[in-house]
Amino acid sequence: MAYLKKSPWLLHYDASSCNGCDIEVLACLTPLYDVERFGIINTGNPKHADVFLITGGINEINREVVKNTYEQIPDPKVVVAVGICACSGGVFRECYNMAGGVDQVIPVDVYVPGCAARPESIIDGVVKALGILEEKRTAMKEKEKQHGN
Amino acid sequence: MTSIITAIAFVILAPILGGLVAGIDRKVTARMQGRVGPPLLQPFYDVAKLFEKEDVTVTPSQNLYIIAYLVFMVVSGAYFFAGGDFLLVIFAFTLAHVFIVLGAYAAYSPYSYIGAERELITLMAYEPMVIFTAVGLYLVTGSFYISEIATSTVPAILYLPGVFLGFLTILTIKLRKSPFDISTSHHAHQELVKGLTTEFAGPVLGKVEIAHWYENVVLLGMIYLFFGFNPVLAIVVIALAYFLEIFIDNTFSRMKWQWTMKSGWGVAATLGFLNLVIVYYFYVGV
Ligand code: SF4
Repeated sequence: MAYLKKSPWLLHYDASSCNGCDIEVLACLTPLYDVERFGIINTGNPKHADVFLITGGINEINREVVKNTYEQIPDPKVVVAVGICACSGGVFRECYNMAGGVDQVIPVDVYVPGCAARPESIIDGVVKALGILEEKRTAMKEKEKQHGN
Repeated sequence: MTSIITAIAFVILAPILGGLVAGIDRKVTARMQGRVGPPLLQPFYDVAKLFEKEDVTVTPSQNLYIIAYLVFMVVSGAYFFAGGDFLLVIFAFTLAHVFIVLGAYAAYSPYSYIGAERELITLMAYEPMVIFTAVGLYLVTGSFYISEIATSTVPAILYLPGVFLGFLTILTIKLRKSPFDISTSHHAHQELVKGLTTEFAGPVLGKVEIAHWYENVVLLGMIYLFFGFNPVLAIVVIALAYFLEIFIDNTFSRMKWQWTMKSGWGVAATLGFLNLVIVYYFYVGV
């Protein structure tokens, strides 16, 4: 059964965002957009999360943090890069301390463009990620079965 | 015979009821905040999802503690609904909580350590009032057996208004509602990450959630004991009490642990103890 899709818990990490994308992510939680309708809860704990949502580009300091956090999320999990900074580094791309987009350190499943990304597109991105989450779960089940045999 | 049937009914029905109550809770909370809120069955989806996730465990012993937590919660609840001894129910209930604290301690994480310490503090804060509740009901109905308290025709609430108010206060602590959700809370992710349950993931967290459903049903069952003389009234009061708890949850922010302690012992000392003294001197019932 696909309960995973009905209850995606979200972990939001601010890599080096200018705070523009962050407030848009938080806007999704406000009564106007109310993502809890879809069962989405904003957790602060990687161990409880299913969706890893990152805003801002990766710099040399938080490289390890992002990697570490990603590894602590139990499978199946998806990564959503929100904002052009998270997608590619955006306007900060050329800075000396920037590593670039999130995909420089961990695999990204969904890219949500925009500067700042609009709440509507963030929700769209997360919903798209849920489809991928489901695929990953099926793949995980298959793998488990093969191990079992 | 009937006691065995009610105990089995509890084991089967309590998770369903507890999950529904949790769903209504979230819906009402959302409405109070001007949102639509998740579907009624959301808590069931959440738990079902948790069982679909990968099981990541750092210390295997923590899983054992969580199973013990769930088992003791079910046992104490089943004994409660079988009409057993109230004191024994309370002991088993407390033991269950000791196991979840041990589980959090076993996990070796600063967050769950602090969560465990705070859980111990809340345990200390509400325990006197629980004992007073049992003693008060004994003084009025003359029995420690749930079956006799629940079927007693004495209107316990008229003699124990103070004890009832005290019980409502610790219910806020027990249901992990603001302002006393210091050890774990759905909204605690800024401060404590998730407190007690920080290190539990996937199926283990699912078990904690199910145990919590059982616990809530037992707690609401305890309210019933005050109104055993009139079951319809009892159901109405349970609904109102739960609504009140949700309302309090939404209108208060989290308090420091010192306040939990002071409120718990404060109401136990003033409302609970005074009420018992008055009952003892002026009503030698039984
Ligand atoms: S995409 Fe724009 S709004 Fe978002 S973090 Fe980058 S600069 Fe800020």
